[in-house]
Formats: sequence, structure tokens, C-alpha cells
Amino acid sequence: MTTDTAPKPSLWNRLAHPGQFVALTRSWLWPLTIVTAALFAVGLWFAFFNSPEDYQMGDTVRIMYIHVPTAWLSQFVYGIMAVSAIGSLVWRHPMADVSMKAAAPLGATFTALALFTGSLWGRPTWGTFWEWDGRMTSTLVLLLIYLGIVALWRAFDDQLRAARVIAVFTLVGAINIPIIKFSVDWWSTLHQPSSVFTMRGPHMPPSILTPLLVMAIAFTMLFLTLHLKAMHTEVARRRLMALQRQAAQTGASA
Amino acid sequence: MIDLGPHAVFIIAAYAGVTLAVAALIFWTLFDARRTASKTAALEARGIRRRSAGPAA
Repeated sequence: MTTDTAPKPSLWNRLAHPGQFVALTRSWLWPLTIVTAALFAVGLWFAFFNSPEDYQMGDTVRIMYIHVPTAWLSQFVYGIMAVSAIGSLVWRHPMADVSMKAAAPLGATFTALALFTGSLWGRPTWGTFWEWDGRMTSTLVLLLIYLGIVALWRAFDDQLRAARVIAVFTLVGAINIPIIKFSVDWWSTLHQPSSVFTMRGPHMPPSILTPLLVMAIAFTMLFLTLHLKAMHTEVARRRLMALQRQAAQTGASA
Repeated sequence: MIDLGPHAVFIIAAYAGVTLAVAALIFWTLFDARRTASKTAALEARGIRRRSAGPAA
């Protein structure tokens, strides 16, 4: 067999190799950064200069343009981690481990921001910063799960072993995502029900829906950019740990 | 600056908090990448190479 007829590795196999993954995706970072910055510029312009106040909530509706995207990301990032956990457990995909680890601190931050902005929106709207209702409590539980996962990653020296344990923990914790989603339907709550993705379409005028969607896409692009950069760093960190082990062995045998 | 009404302090606090947290997240991501790269470069400067990369020049 000549080299010309040798089968070319599939994209899946190339992405499974950490070095090839980094080489393939390094050039994506700048375009992602530029698109993210442009989307934030447009979204913030809409949020402050080209959207009306709500007829009930007044100007506090502008908090929605950062609260809903961070709340959406708190669940989306967990979804990415759950899919990565399946990739790690079923296919032993090396980049699935890396993806899980890189996403956890980002998800924790977005969840904390969703709770923070939600409480600042709740005070003038409901008259309270916090209420132990289904939506808020289950989101707080999500934050605690994220923090537990971050702590678990730091607790293990062997990152391959850590990935197996954390993948199982992540999949068990995924039960909280539908609980967050349907909490406003299952229990009596101060939190309003879903008003964007409903069977009858969005329950808000285009003048408010447009900045919300632009900001949601901007935050999602921000996550994708930071996640990709953090994955590159995690690949570099594993290489560094291998070098440190080698340096220690060389020192011990010398 | 547009008039944000009687609840301006809540709106400004929310945006300021998110801006600070996102800035910290970006800073930490870049700092972590740079710190990892510099540690790797320091080891490689001492002649430590992965076995798969072959012997140091």
C-alpha cells in the first residue's frame, strides 16, 4: 500500500487527538472573539438605546437582557458537560474529558450571574431579592453541583481517573436540568413561566425580543470562545504535567 | 446616559456585576493559558522533552 492510498483519518479521529484538535481549532479563536465583541456591541446598543421600557416592569426589563442569557447558559453549559461525560464514558474520547473540565468553571460563573441578576431584577419586581421557590432553589442547586465538580477536578492528581468519576457525577446531576426547566410549571412560584420558547411562539414584542436574542447569541459565543481557549490550555496543562513527571523521574534516576 | 427610571441602581448594579465577572473570566482564562505556556517553556529550556518528541537537540 502506498502512502497515497492510505486512509485519511476521519474528523472524529483527528478531534480525538489533543495536538491535532488544538492545531485544527487554534485559528478559530480570533474570528470567534471578533464576532462575540460585535454581537455584544449591537446587543448593548439595543438594550440601552433602541428598546422600550416594559409597560409593567418599566426599565428593569433591561436586566432581562443579561439575566436570561446567563440563565440559558447555566443550563446549556451543563448540557455540554453531560454530552462530554457520555463521550468520556462511552468512547473514552480524550477531548471529552478536556471539554468537561474546561466548561465547569464557566458554567459556575454563568449560574452565579443568573442568580445575581435575577435577585436584582426580583427586588423591584417582586419586592424581594430571594424566594425559596422551585426555579431559584433548583438553580442554586445547579451552582452547588458546578462547584462540586470544580472541586472534584482539583481533588484528583490522576486526571484520567477523575474524568470517569466526574462523568458519572455529571450525568447524575443532569436530572436537575429538567427540574429547573419545568419548575415554573410544576410548582407555585414568583418566577414567570417561559416566554420565548413556547408552543404559541414568543410572548413579547419584537422590540424586546430582538435585543434579548442578540444578547443570548453574544453570551453563547462568549462561552464558546472561552471554552475553546480553556480546552487549549487544558491540553497544554496535561502536556506540562507529563513533562513535570518526566523531569521528576529524570531527577530521581540521576 | 439614558434615563433608567426609579430602579436605575438595580439595573446599573446588574450590568456592573456581569461586566466585572465576565472581565475576570476573560482575564483568568488568558492568565491560565500564559502561566501554563511559560511553565512548559521553562521545562523545555532545561532540555525536558516528551519521549514521543524524541531526544532534546
